[in-house]
Parts: sequence; C-alpha cells; structure tokens
Amino acid sequence: MDFLGKFPAMSRGELRDFKKGIDSSFSEFTSEHGEAIESFFDPLLHFLVWFEKLLLATPWPLILLIIGVFSWLGSRSVKIVIGAVLAFVAIGYFGMWKDTMSTLAIVSVATLICISIGIPIGILMARSKYAQAFFTPLLDVMQTIPAFVYLIPVVMLLGIGKVPGLIAVCIYALPPIVRLTNLGIRLVSKEALEAADAFGTNYRQRLFGVQIPLALPNIFAGINQTIMMALSMVVIASMIGVAGLGVPVLRSISNQYLALGLLNGLAIVALAIIFDRVTQQYGKRLQKHRHGDLHE
Amino acid sequence: MSKNEIAISIKGLYKVFGNRSKKMVTHLKNGVSKADLLDKYHHVVGLKDINIDIPAHQISVIMGLSGSGKSTLIRHINRLIEPTAGSIDIYGENVLSMSKGTLREFRRHKVAMVFQKFGLHVHKTVAENVAYGLVIQGMSLKKAKQKSSKWLIRVGLEGFENHYPSQLSGGMQQRVGLARALATDADILLMDEAFSALDPLIRTDMQDILLNLQQELHKTIVFITHDLDEALRIGDSIAILRDGEIIQQGSPQDIILKPDDEYIVDFIQDVNRGRVIQIKSVMDKGVSIEGPNFHQNMVLEDILPEIVKSTQQMVNVTNDQNQVIGSVDLKTVASAIAKPVIQSNNNANYTQSSSTELT
Ligand SMILES: Nc1ncnc2c1ncn2[C@@H]1O[C@H](COP(=O)(O)OP(=O)(O)OP(=O)(O)O)[C@@H](O)[C@H]1O
Ligand SMILES: [Mg+2]
Repeated sequence: MDFLGKFPAMSRGELRDFKKGIDSSFSEFTSEHGEAIESFFDPLLHFLVWFEKLLLATPWPLILLIIGVFSWLGSRSVKIVIGAVLAFVAIGYFGMWKDTMSTLAIVSVATLICISIGIPIGILMARSKYAQAFFTPLLDVMQTIPAFVYLIPVVMLLGIGKVPGLIAVCIYALPPIVRLTNLGIRLVSKEALEAADAFGTNYRQRLFGVQIPLALPNIFAGINQTIMMALSMVVIASMIGVAGLGVPVLRSISNQYLALGLLNGLAIVALAIIFDRVTQQYGKRLQKHRHGDLHE
Repeated sequence: MSKNEIAISIKGLYKVFGNRSKKMVTHLKNGVSKADLLDKYHHVVGLKDINIDIPAHQISVIMGLSGSGKSTLIRHINRLIEPTAGSIDIYGENVLSMSKGTLREFRRHKVAMVFQKFGLHVHKTVAENVAYGLVIQGMSLKKAKQKSSKWLIRVGLEGFENHYPSQLSGGMQQRVGLARALATDADILLMDEAFSALDPLIRTDMQDILLNLQQELHKTIVFITHDLDEALRIGDSIAILRDGEIIQQGSPQDIILKPDDEYIVDFIQDVNRGRVIQIKSVMDKGVSIEGPNFHQNMVLEDILPEIVKSTQQMVNVTNDQNQVIGSVDLKTVASAIAKPVIQSNNNANYTQSSSTELT
C-alpha cells in the first residue's frame, strides 16, 4: 500500500550525491577548460565590443541616415522609412540612445552568428535525413528549455559578461533560421530539381543555383524570426551583464519605476517592429516573380 | 547521315518499384504476372522487357495511356531513373556503366529534355532559363545568354528576355523549355508530353515549331504523348506502350492500317483516317492505268475528289522521282477510310496472349 502511495524515488542521500557528482564534475571541467573556452570566444568578444563602440562613436545624424537608407533598401516604402526614423528620434529624445545602440549591437552580432551557423545546418538537414533526425530534437530543446536553465552552465563556464549573454541569445534565436532553411529547401519543387538534374547539374550548382534561390523567401522568414527572438532575449541577457535596453528594464522591476520600464520596453518593441516590417517587405519582394507581377 | 543509324538501343529493360525489385524481375521472367506481383509481393511493375531501337535524326513517338509507363521509360534514357534490369546504349555507349561524372557530362552535352510541367526555374528570367544548360556546361552567364539568344528568338520569345516564367502563358513557357533544350546543341531531345498541358490551338502551334526546327536540325527526338493525333502528326515512327510493355512499333501508317490488337483499335478508332493514311499505303503495287498521277504521300482525303473526277475513278501513284509505282481506286480509298482493319493473324495472336494474361 505504501509502495503505491509514494513514488519509489531515490533516497535523499543518493539524490544529493548524484547532483553533487554532476556539479563537481562540471566545476572541474570549468576550472580545467574554462580559460581555454573563454579565449576561444575572445575574437567574438572583440568584434562585439568593436561594433558597439563603432555604433556609439558614430554621430547620431549619421545613424539616423543609415537607418533610413537600410529601411528604404529593405522595404522600398516611404511610410516604413519615416516610421523608423521617427522611432529613433523618439528613442534619442527620451534618453535611450546609448542603450539602444548597445542592444542594436548585440542583436546584430547575434543575428549574424545565427545566420552563419544556422543556414549551413539547415542545408545539411535538408540534404540528409540523419542530420534531420539529429538536429530536430536538439532544436526543440533549444526552443523550449527555459533560458534560465542554460544560463547556469554558460555563466559557470564563462562568468558574467557579453559573451555568455551573446551565447544565450544565440541558443534561443538559432532554431527558426535552421528550421526555415531546411523547410525552404525541402519545399523546392520536384520539377525544378528534375530539370536541373536533366541538364547535368552538380551538387554545388544545384544548391546555389536552384535550391537556395528558391528557398530564399523561407530563409528570409527565418532570419526575420531569428531577429525577433534575439530582441525578445534582451532583458534576460542583461541579467548576465549585457548592456542595453534590458538593464533599465531590470532596474525598474526591482525598484518599481513604471515610466522607466515602460519607455525602455517600448523602445524594444519599436526596434522589433522596424526590423520586422523591413525584413518582411524585403522577403515579399524576393517572392515577387512568383506571382507574376512585373519586375522593375 | 545514314538513314538506319540507331541512336538509342534499349534491350531487355525492366523497372520494378519496390525494395526487392531485382528478385521481382526474376519472378517476371519466370512468368509471374504483374497483377500477382502487386497482390502477392507488393511491387509495382513500371516497365517489362522493353526492347526498342530508336533511329537517329528522326522523331520517334512513344504513346500510351496514363500510367502506361511513358515517363518512366523516357527517364531511363538519361538515367533520371535507374533500371532494375536491362541495357541502354546511346550511340554504342552504355549509359548504365557511366560514373556519376561521366553521366553529368553526358547530360550536359548529349541529351536535353523538355518537360510536361515545363520545369522552368521561376526565379530566373526567360533569358537565364534558356541559357541554363550552357551555364551548367561551365560558360559564364553573359556568354551563355549571348550564345543561346538565337534559340530564344527562334522559338518566338524575342522581347521577353527579361520576363519571369510566371508572367508568361503556358504556351510561351513551353517555348522557354524548348529553347532551353535546344541551346545545349545536344543531339538527343527527350520530350515527355511536352505539349500535353497546352490548349489544342497552341499545341498545334508548338507542333509546327517543332516540325519546322526538325527539318533543319535533324535531331534525334523521343516524343512522348497520349494523344494519337499528335503522334500521327509528328511521328516518323510510333511505339505503343501498355501497362509497361511495348505492344506495337511501326510507322504511323502501320499503326492505323494494321493495328496489332484491340487496345490499339480502341486507340485509333476516333482518328480521321482520311487525313492520315497516305495513298502509298493502300495502293495496288505495280498496276498502272491511263489517268492522272499523284504523289505517294498524298492522304486519302485529298485524293478522293481527284478520283471521283477521274474517268476511271482511279489514279496513279508516283514516287519522288515521278515514276508511277501503282494505283488506287475509289473502292480501296473508301474502304480504307471506312473502318479499322485488324489483320486476322495478329488478331489471333492477341486473343491468345490476352487469354493467357487473364488466367
Ligand atoms: N516512384 C514510383 N513508385 C511506385 N510506382 C511508380 C513510381 N513511379 C511510377 N510508378 C508507377 O509506374 C506506372 C507508370 O508510371 P508513369 O509515370 O511512367 O506513367 P505515364 O505513362 O507517364 O503516365 P502519365 O500519362 O500519367 O504521365 C504507374 O502505374 C505508376 O503508378
Ligand atoms: Mg508521364
């Protein structure tokens, strides 16, 4: 009766030893390899710091101009350009310029990392069902595991700072680009591929000439999602020492500063909307030839 | 160009779909029927013991109903599909023993393909699509566009170079497909129901374009269709495929006048025979009369008024050298137009084979 009433768990002592074992072997690993791993990420740190400094050193009118030009190149929509520039003007006016530049830096670098890791993994998954079987559950875990859980080992290994923050952001933001690259390539029509094969196309020509261009709208949707998820990690990243808009948000939570939290939160939302509209419009333009609209 | 040169020789070709296909071929060779193979072993027979020699520089049509294995057969020629058993030689070269690299080179230079659903690359312009084969051969896009532009013009796409496929009608898209195939200068052209997706009028247009090009280019064309009128219109020879087997091969005249079995009789019964059958196929050889002369390739429909006009209701048939080689009379023409004639001996064959199939 007692057996059924209480789950036959490990005894408290056993469990303690089990956890201790894991903890101590991980600390051992950390003390042995922590420095090596840290120095491995050094170039990344330098790049991030350099980029952040660059953004901060650039005169604000120039940044506004760059924002305008990028929005125009991406969206070809005057409305979006005006909206983007106005949003940045407001951000500056309310004294959030510096934090916004820091956030912009980490989100940009994280996105670049995710693209350069995620697209090749997506290609690999589209090519081999074994790769697909290996990566799919991994991506599921990355997307669902609470961020705080993987922050623990990352912080144990690398301490508090920009690099662990960046890694945390990347773990969370990587899955969509991988998934959508894989999906996009798998959705390329059989007819288009058969025609390519019939003309003697080799693997490289097939990948870069047919599969990736045809998957591009999906890949772009993936990039859009990745940027959005990176932005949504800003507050959590600031908990482990990443500068940016997340820091004042955290401060206002602990001190109950309503206005400060609201303003910085809205700045994150504004960034998200700008990035989203610009990349979505760009993605739509990539798809244009499929719908028979006349090409400029 | 020698008239009897064989471009593609297919021998004992089998294609069975399934995991244990090799074993299934042994079963087939031992007389197990296709229905049993499906019921008992769950394997689909795509092609069974195909033997066909396709002559060079002609249009060879392969005809059959949906599911008869036409697409499967034509894809064996450039090895888009691997056979289960058999051999395929192209100008004496064994396609099946080619390494991957050799096969790619073979596809780049020797054989081009046109698809039923066009198979165009929607992210490329018309000019880029037409240049595709040359780019794959290793040419720069600029040079490939230059070199392929004459084909683009030849099929009537001038002015559409920078359009995207989605901006074109089906007929125009297939012109792109045709120009793309012609641009590689491959001798062999594989066309899998290339015009089947098009409206009747546009289809006739495309057939004209193809026939026109062929007069000049003398390519070896394998043309798949399920449409007998199309087969008769463009085919120098026709092979008929049913359930993965070739049941008759011959000239269009042979198929119409001497159908081998009832399946083919069904196929040809709606054909306008007067417009297809040439007088040389029905003439009395050697018999000549006093009367007007007509060329042997004239079709019955055109000769009929002339015969009615003539005094003896009979005309002479001449060859290319204008020599009289025979004659036809009204009765012969009328009966040839009237009904499909099944050769009695072939018909006996058919009943025999079909009864064995049924048991
Ligand atoms: N990959 C495959 N696996 C299993 N069966 C197949 C496969 N490909 C084709 N078949 C079968 O082989 C037969 C011949 O198919 P095929 O596509 O060659 O016919 P078809 O004559 O081209 O028909 P259609 O006119 O519809 O194009 C069909 O019964 C089809 O179901
Ligand atoms: Mg087919």
